Amino acid sequence: MTDTRRRAVSLAARYLLLAAAAVVMVYPFLYMLSTSLKSRSMSLTDPTSLWPTDPTLDNYTTVLGSENFARYFLNSAAVAIVSTTLIVLLSAMMAYAFARLDWPGKRFFFTMIIVGLTIPTMMLIIPQFLLARDLHLLNSLPGLVPFYVGTALAFNTFLLAGFFEQIPFELDEAMAIDGAGPWRRFWSLAMPLSKPAIGTCVIFAFLGTWDEFAWALTVLNDVDNRTLPIAIALFQGQHSTSWGLVFAASIIAIVPVLIVYIVFQRNFVAGLTTGALKS
Amino acid sequence: MLPGFALYALIMLYPAVQTMLLSFRDWQIIPGTPSPWVGLDNYIRAFQDPVFVNSLVNAAAYTAFTVPLQIVIGLALAVLLDAKLPGRVAFRVLFYLPVVTSWVVVSLLFQYIFQSDDGLANHVVVDMLGLSSDNVSWFQNRWTGMFAIGVLGIWKGIGWAMLIFLAALTAVPQELKEAASLDGAGAFQRFRHVSLPAIRGALAVVFILLFIGGFNVFISVLLMTGGGPGNATQVPLTYMYQQAFKFLDFGYGSAISFSLTALVLALSALQYWWTRRRMAA
Repeated sequence: MTDTRRRAVSLAARYLLLAAAAVVMVYPFLYMLSTSLKSRSMSLTDPTSLWPTDPTLDNYTTVLGSENFARYFLNSAAVAIVSTTLIVLLSAMMAYAFARLDWPGKRFFFTMIIVGLTIPTMMLIIPQFLLARDLHLLNSLPGLVPFYVGTALAFNTFLLAGFFEQIPFELDEAMAIDGAGPWRRFWSLAMPLSKPAIGTCVIFAFLGTWDEFAWALTVLNDVDNRTLPIAIALFQGQHSTSWGLVFAASIIAIVPVLIVYIVFQRNFVAGLTTGALKS
Repeated sequence: MLPGFALYALIMLYPAVQTMLLSFRDWQIIPGTPSPWVGLDNYIRAFQDPVFVNSLVNAAAYTAFTVPLQIVIGLALAVLLDAKLPGRVAFRVLFYLPVVTSWVVVSLLFQYIFQSDDGLANHVVVDMLGLSSDNVSWFQNRWTGMFAIGVLGIWKGIGWAMLIFLAALTAVPQELKEAASLDGAGAFQRFRHVSLPAIRGALAVVFILLFIGGFNVFISVLLMTGGGPGNATQVPLTYMYQQAFKFLDFGYGSAISFSLTALVLALSALQYWWTRRRMAA
């Protein structure tokens, strides 16, 4: 009896602490949401109240109504989708070669991948900028893609190689006896069996390229070529008094990420922890 | 295999070598102009440059402030969630939300929270806690600015630490905990003697990755203070960025980023070696 009571008390304490933490973690988001629903004068006179007395969607209609916003949204979407596809395809092929095939120099090349994991991307921004200039990839949206893909390959290859290694070799042998070459085995064995891992890579790649800021800020000049994070940051710099607009734009920018994250969160958790704990 | 690796080598490995080579030159941005080899000049300049030295101090302070708190709070949340609890997934998703939200958005959000005269931060400090009778101008001086940036860093990073710890805790065999509780161990003792030793590896990994991340703080500083006022909240990467892309001093910028990377890698190697030794002992 006392035991069950103690259990109930400890459960209640757990919930209380978790709920308190949840409030702290979510509060800034609610604050952003409520500011985006306030009219401009409201957000200036009463910035701390969480519930707007007179909620309005004005900020959203203004943001969505401006022609450039749709353009920036599409810019980001196009770059993120193309980059994500390439990242997943190329790193899956590399990971397969590392995990399932034997070839000379494998160890050396894998070490090079590990080296890439330890290099902070920001360290490379100067030589990458010069490289982009020499390749005439400055100030162009398609020009972002090779850099996003190249930067993401090491991590995703490493992640996928870990999953591919766990597939039993007997399955490969069975397929090989039936005459399937490595290419067939890659497409119809390794890829379908690694769906959760592939899903993780899709999320990582999408989040990374959708939100990327520093590189896009550095190489893009034309107003028309901006991606969403750049547009939002610059927008804030120019109109720091219309926070409602800034946050309406931010919330629209978060929605795709939120959808991808909530739909795939199971995969994401598995993938993230495997990746982090292995490295 | 080949196309992927070729791209990887071009985008990552080649620039890594380039950074080092650039840092030994007085780089001229105009193509065709020779960039003289100046040896260690850029490095000597960096370590005599009070702004760079201060930026390292700022990054160290940021790391010292954010890393322990992310670990402690992240671990506490992971322990709370490490049980069959209804609503567990919902909490996990909520706590992880700041991690997946873009740095740009959360930096602007926290700028708003701290900056405006009657923003949320001042509301809490002045009206609720009464710590100060006047509104604080957070971004007008060095340590309050770094504090605001640090609060953002902690808030954004807790969820990640929690998730890694949760995965590590889930891997601790349930029988071990049950055996300990049959021996009369309380919740804290079970944590101290069963769970904690079992997740030491995860602890070391999280520590090193957060440590590296702390010294690489960039977007939040760039957007919240821009390194100002008067370089007071400059961190190495914002200073490097300013030198390279505002003053077009690519050689000096490269020396800064190479120094930072070398320093951080050396320190993390040292930590890694130290935790390994302690674990073996």
